[in-house]
Amino acid sequence: MEAIKVDPLTILTTMFILMVQEGSILLVATLGEIFTERSGILNLGVEGLICFGALSSFIVYYLTGNWIIATLAAASAGLMLSLIHAFVSITLKANQTVSGLAITILGLGLSSFIGRPIALSRIRIDPLESVRVPLLSEIPVIGPSFFNQNPLVYFSYIMVIVLWFILYKTRFGLNLRSVGENPSMADSLGINVFLTRYVATSVGGALCGISGALLILGYYPSWYDGITAGRGWIAVALVIFSSWNPLYAFFGAYFFGLVGTLNATFQSIGFRAIPTDFFRTLPYLLTILVLIIFSSTRFRRRKMPASLGKPYTREL
Amino acid sequence: MDENVLEMVDIVKVFPGVIANDRVNFSLKAGEIHALLGENGAGKTTLMNILYGIYRMDSGVIKVDGRKVTIRSPRDAIKLGIGMVHQNFKLIPAHTVVENVILGSEKNGFILDLKKSGEEIKNLASSFGLKVDPFSEVWKLSMGERQRVEILKLLYKNVRIMILDEPTAVLTPQEKRELFSSLREMSSKGKSIIFITHKLDEVLEISDRVTVLRRGKNVATKVTKETNKIELANLMIGRPIIFEYSKNPQKLSGLVLKVENVRVLDEEGNVRLKGVSFSLNGGEIVGVAGIAGNGQKELAEAITGLKRVSSGKIFVRGKDLTNASPKKFFDNGVLFIPEERLGVGTAPNLSIAENLILKSYDNKLFSGPVFLNFDAIQKFAEKLVKDFEILCSSVNVPVKFLSGGNLQKVVLARELGNIINNAGGNVIVAMYPTRGLDVGATEYVRKLFLKMRDEGNAIIFFSEDLEEILSISDRVFVMFDGRIVGEIDSSEADVEKIGLMMAGSVAS
Repeated sequence: MEAIKVDPLTILTTMFILMVQEGSILLVATLGEIFTERSGILNLGVEGLICFGALSSFIVYYLTGNWIIATLAAASAGLMLSLIHAFVSITLKANQTVSGLAITILGLGLSSFIGRPIALSRIRIDPLESVRVPLLSEIPVIGPSFFNQNPLVYFSYIMVIVLWFILYKTRFGLNLRSVGENPSMADSLGINVFLTRYVATSVGGALCGISGALLILGYYPSWYDGITAGRGWIAVALVIFSSWNPLYAFFGAYFFGLVGTLNATFQSIGFRAIPTDFFRTLPYLLTILVLIIFSSTRFRRRKMPASLGKPYTREL
Repeated sequence: MDENVLEMVDIVKVFPGVIANDRVNFSLKAGEIHALLGENGAGKTTLMNILYGIYRMDSGVIKVDGRKVTIRSPRDAIKLGIGMVHQNFKLIPAHTVVENVILGSEKNGFILDLKKSGEEIKNLASSFGLKVDPFSEVWKLSMGERQRVEILKLLYKNVRIMILDEPTAVLTPQEKRELFSSLREMSSKGKSIIFITHKLDEVLEISDRVTVLRRGKNVATKVTKETNKIELANLMIGRPIIFEYSKNPQKLSGLVLKVENVRVLDEEGNVRLKGVSFSLNGGEIVGVAGIAGNGQKELAEAITGLKRVSSGKIFVRGKDLTNASPKKFFDNGVLFIPEERLGVGTAPNLSIAENLILKSYDNKLFSGPVFLNFDAIQKFAEKLVKDFEILCSSVNVPVKFLSGGNLQKVVLARELGNIINNAGGNVIVAMYPTRGLDVGATEYVRKLFLKMRDEGNAIIFFSEDLEEILSISDRVFVMFDGRIVGEIDSSEADVEKIGLMMAGSVAS
C-alpha cells in the first residue's frame, strides 16, 4: 500500500481533535477524583464508576434520545456507586484502598452483566453533534479541535474553572481542603467532616459517571465489555500528575489524550517503523511511569492532602 | 480590672488511676497575665483542656463573666471567647496563613476574598506586634512565626481569654522576647492570658499573678510582685531546689572523641549534617544548643553508629569507628541516652532487669553458652535499681509502667551502670536528657553528669533549655542548619549571643 500524501496541517488538526476527545474523558474523571481526594478520601473505584456511568448513559440515551437526561443518568449512576464507597470508608471507616478496588470490580461487573443483551444486539446510537463556537473555532488547529466539539467537552472545560474556583475561592472549598489535611482540627472549628467528605465523594463520583457519558455519547456510540479500557486508572495517575490541582489536570489530561492518539495518527500517515501495539501500550506505560516518579516521598510530601486515605474518628 | 472574667471552682478530673485535678480553683481577671505554674504532671494542661472543652470535668463549676457555663467542645469555648494555643501547633502546613486563620470563621461569605482577609489579618497582627506574612504558606514559616499564626487565629475570632501552653519551648530567646511584648500589648488591650509554664523565670518576667499546682491540687495563688523564685520553687515541688550547680575545677584527660567533617543524608537524600567537626576530651561536658531539627538528631545518631555518615570520619580514643555498628560504638564506651525513652531507649514490655542487660546480654556474667543466667541478671538489676534510685516494686515490672523520671533512670543505669571503662574516657551522648522530667529527676540527671565528668568521661548533651546548658556544661556548641555555627566557653557565654546563633544570624 502506498502512503497517502496528506497535508501536515490536516494531520495535526485531526490529531488534536482526537486528543481533545480522548483527553476530555480523562479530564472529567480526573477532576472528580481530585475533588474527592482533596477531602481526604481515596476512591480507587474510578474505573468502575466510569464504566457504570457509560452504560447508564447508553441505555437512557437509547430510550429517550435526550443527551442531557442521559448525562444526568450517568452522573446519578456514578453518584450512587460512590455513595457505597463513602458509606464504607467514611461511616464504617474501612480501608479505602480495598473499598475502592471493590467499587471498580462492582462497577465493571454490574455494567458487564446489565449490558450483555446490548452488547449482543449490537445496538448503536448516534453520537452527539458538534457545536461550533463562533470566532474561536476559526483559529487554525486549535479552533477545530478545541472549539468544534460536543457540548460535554465544553462542560469539561467549564468544570476545570468551576472546581478550581470552588476549591480555592470559596469557604466550602477551604473547608474541604482543610478536612483533607487535618480533619480533627477542622472538626474542632465546627466544620462537619463527615458531611464534607460525603459531598466530595458523591460529587467526585458523579463527575466520573459523566466521564462515562462523554465516552459513550461523544466517542464510542456502541456498547461492549471493557469499553473503559483502563481510563479510570489513567485518571487516578493524572490526579497525582496534576498535584491535586484542577488547572494542572487540564494539561495533564490532554497530554495523555495526545499520547492516546499517536496510534491512529501514525497509522493514518502510513508510518510503520514502530509496531502499533507499542503506541497502544504507551498511555499505560506512561501511567506506570508517572505513578512511580510522582509517588516518591520527596514529591508527594507537600502536594498530597495530608490525611488522604485515613479514616477520621472523633476522639473523646 | 478587678472583675473576674473567668472562675473555675472545685474542678475535679479523674483519669484511670490518677486524680489529675483535685478540687482546683482558678480565677482570671480582665487584662491580666496569669501564670499557671507546676511540674510536669501537676495537672496544668488537664485543667486548661477542661476549660477549652477537650476534656469533660467530673465535677466543678466554670463561670464566665459570672455566669455558669457548660463547655462541651473547643467550638463552645471559642463562642465564649476562650481560645487555646497548644504545645503542638494545630495548623495546616500546606495552606497559607490567611487560610489557616479564617478557617471555621463565620465572618466570610460563601465566596472568599482572601486579599481583603489578608489585609485585615495584617492590620490585626501589626496592632499586637505579631510579624507574619499572611500570604505565605505555613510550612515555610519558623516555629516562632507559626506560633504567631496560632495567636492570630484566636484574635481573629475575637477570643478574649487566651490560653498558651508552654509557649516558649520552641522559641529562640529573641522570639521569646517578641512574644512577651505582644502578650503585654494584648493584656493592655483587655485580653486576659493564661500562661502555662514550669519555668520560674518566665513567671516572674511576664505574669501579674501566678497560681501554683502540685500533684493535681492548687497550693497557692500569688501576686507575682510579692513573691520570688525561691518561694515559687518551694510551692511547686514542695522543697527547696538547687539553682546553681557547684562544679569542680576541670581536669581534662585527653582526647576521647574526634569527629571530622561528618556529613549525613536523610532518607530522601537531603543533606542534614553539612560537615561537622569537633573533638571531645575526657572530663568535659559539652552542651549543644539549637532549635530542634537543625541536625542535632543526625549528629547524635552519627556519633553513636545509628546513622550512616556519607562522608567524614569518627574516631573514639584514636580508633576509627566510622560507620561501625551501634554495638561496636557501645563496646568502645560510647553510651547513648536517646530522646525517646519508651520505644528507642527501652523495650516497653520487657522488665526493668531485661532492659538493663539489653546491651550486655552477651557479657559472660549474664549468659552461658545457651542460657541466660537469671540469678546474676536479677542481682545486677537490683544493684542498679538501688544505685540509681529507681522507684519500683520489683525489677521484673515491665518498664512501660514507670514514670518518665524512673524510665530515664533505667536508661541511664543501663548505659552508665556497667561502664566498660571505669577509668573514664567514655563518651556519653544524651538527647534532651531532662525533657519532661520533674525537678527532682532533673537534678539527679545533672548531678550524675557532673559526677561522670569528674571521673574523666566526655559528655555531649543536646538540650532546648539554655539555662540547663549554661549551668552544667564547660563548652557550648550552637547548631544551625546542619552545622555547628558557634563554639563558646560556657563561662563567657551569654544567652543573647547564643540565641542569635540559634536563629542563624551570627556565626562566631
